[in-house]
Amino acid sequence: MSPRAGQTFQKKLEKKIKQNNKIFCAFLTLGYKSLSQTKSLIRLLNTLGTDVVELGIPFSDPLADGPVIQASSEYALKKGIRPQDAFGLVKKLRQEGVGVPIIFFSYFNPILRMGISNTVRKLKDAGFDGVLCPDLPPDEGETLEQELVRNGLCPIHLIAPTTSRERMKKILAMSRGFIYYVSRRGVTGVRESLDEELAEKVKQIKRFTSLPVLVGFGVSGPSQVREINRTADGVIVGSAIIEAIQTCTSGALRRFLERMIEPCRNKGKKDKS
Amino acid sequence: MKTKQVPDSKGHFGPFGGRYVPETLIEALDQLTQAYLEIRKSPQFKKEVATYFSSYIGRPTPLYLAKNLTRHYGRARIYLKREDLCHTGAHKINNTIAQALLAVHLGKKRVVAETGAGQHGVASATAARVFNLKCRVYMGEEDIRRQALNVYKMKILGAEVCPVSSGSKTLKDATNEAIRDWVTNVTDTHYLLGSVVGPHPYPMIVRDFQSVIGRETKRQILKAEGRLPHALVACVGGGSNSIGFFHDFLAERVKIIGVEAAGKGLSTGLHAATLEKGRPGVLHGMKSLVLQDDAGQVQIAHSVSAGLDYPSVGPEHAWLKQTGRVEYVSAQDDEAIRAFHLVTRLEGIMPAIESAHALAFLARFMPRTKPDEIVAVCLSGRGDKDIDIIREWDSK
Repeated sequence: MSPRAGQTFQKKLEKKIKQNNKIFCAFLTLGYKSLSQTKSLIRLLNTLGTDVVELGIPFSDPLADGPVIQASSEYALKKGIRPQDAFGLVKKLRQEGVGVPIIFFSYFNPILRMGISNTVRKLKDAGFDGVLCPDLPPDEGETLEQELVRNGLCPIHLIAPTTSRERMKKILAMSRGFIYYVSRRGVTGVRESLDEELAEKVKQIKRFTSLPVLVGFGVSGPSQVREINRTADGVIVGSAIIEAIQTCTSGALRRFLERMIEPCRNKGKKDKS
Repeated sequence: MKTKQVPDSKGHFGPFGGRYVPETLIEALDQLTQAYLEIRKSPQFKKEVATYFSSYIGRPTPLYLAKNLTRHYGRARIYLKREDLCHTGAHKINNTIAQALLAVHLGKKRVVAETGAGQHGVASATAARVFNLKCRVYMGEEDIRRQALNVYKMKILGAEVCPVSSGSKTLKDATNEAIRDWVTNVTDTHYLLGSVVGPHPYPMIVRDFQSVIGRETKRQILKAEGRLPHALVACVGGGSNSIGFFHDFLAERVKIIGVEAAGKGLSTGLHAATLEKGRPGVLHGMKSLVLQDDAGQVQIAHSVSAGLDYPSVGPEHAWLKQTGRVEYVSAQDDEAIRAFHLVTRLEGIMPAIESAHALAFLARFMPRTKPDEIVAVCLSGRGDKDIDIIREWDSK
């Protein structure tokens, strides 16, 4: 794999970590509740200092997602949102100078339908930084992988509590940008408690990689963010944000995001370097 | 054709099949594959399965020479493979009994299943009773409404029926939900998949367990006629009865035809003819042909038969179509209903509406056959579950 793949994105994350920050990654469903709201939410996240945005592409059969993200996806589909809408949206944000790294988070079928090389070319052109397919394990993902790397985009992979050590090493070797550790067995969704083996697993992964390890699936509030940040390099928050979009006023949504980001910021500690 | 070679070690049937699932499931699929590859060689497991097949399911099912139906068309002799006589009324039980036994050997205490019409749900709930497993069946709200009788049967059998309200509220969404359950409870739960679909090793496992249909047919036809049939006909939804029926004949000089549901007609968009109209895609953990729009969103299939109402198809069928070994055609709702009545009146056998699609094709196919030829049709299930639909249709 070319060492240049996704270099800028990865360097950005590494720099944050060196400055004793944790990575805050926010998930949004494209077109929930409208394309213009998605656009303004990404602007807001950028302003608040979010480190990564995962832009979820609505799909008719989101089998890795829990009820909240499923519902947002269905809502967007009913409004006629198409995967292609992501390209124009991100391109526009880049032209405005919105710099937050953005990951194209999509089930594999829409990518396959649009064509792998066509999709990757458009993602690059729009200004995306990487791609994550929750239903494309590396065993089947070679073609997409090569295309991404050739175009300087990061293939992001999941590691699960059930992933064996041998397999984990293989996945790490193929990954760029960051590692998405799935905090527990199951689908996405807000949960009250964290898995007991979480810290142990994150430590194990970190022994084999220098990539940032982010934890997602079930992160619901600031106290969990703090807890995860004790061992991991950061968090990924999805369902909790979608829920907040659904139920909160824009002021309350902003305050919620600030509260989630706050535990990820360096509060006066010295740089590691 | 070298049928022994598919799938390859990663579950590929040519460009189809494979595993397109969240990382959490990979380990469980690896374990299942390994356990299955070991256990299928075990004489003890084979013996156990054979015993349940004969003493519980009632196998071998008869191969019946349908004289009246033969006389009706006046061409080749028509034999019906009577899977409708299996315990619970369809071929589905072959797979659930064998898979539940496999689950026991894997040390699992609980099974989850998806169901559309409820046939696989009932067969799963039944097998769970035999092996004392907890059973939860996911079923779309829309299907629950349409198939109240089977829902009640499952409940009586002690299964928990979970309504699925997401997406189209049918089989495809019930399958997503069953996979979500499995991904959450993967340690103690076996996913008892009902057709030759899903991630590797399911298309292989279900095919192997269903291929008893074709093995028996071969033996029975050789005994009755001293030769193989000229043609085999079976209906294809996900494709489990047809793969099971076809598999032992793939290497023989036999014409093989799969019949999909054309619903209200292929040009109406209201059909389930995935092999004719689908495009390569990924759904439910496999690469196969999928009914989908230009944006890659999966479309809803339509058929009067809930068991054929699926927007994809087993990857091995997609492969058999691509290689040209099997010919795939389709029959419309009205053709299937006519065939239901025809076979009921002529033979006193009420076929499931699914199986009636295979029988419907005979109207077009039989004139092309000769009187000294033999056609074997898989009568995959019995039709009493469909009486309400038939009555409703007839009163229109």
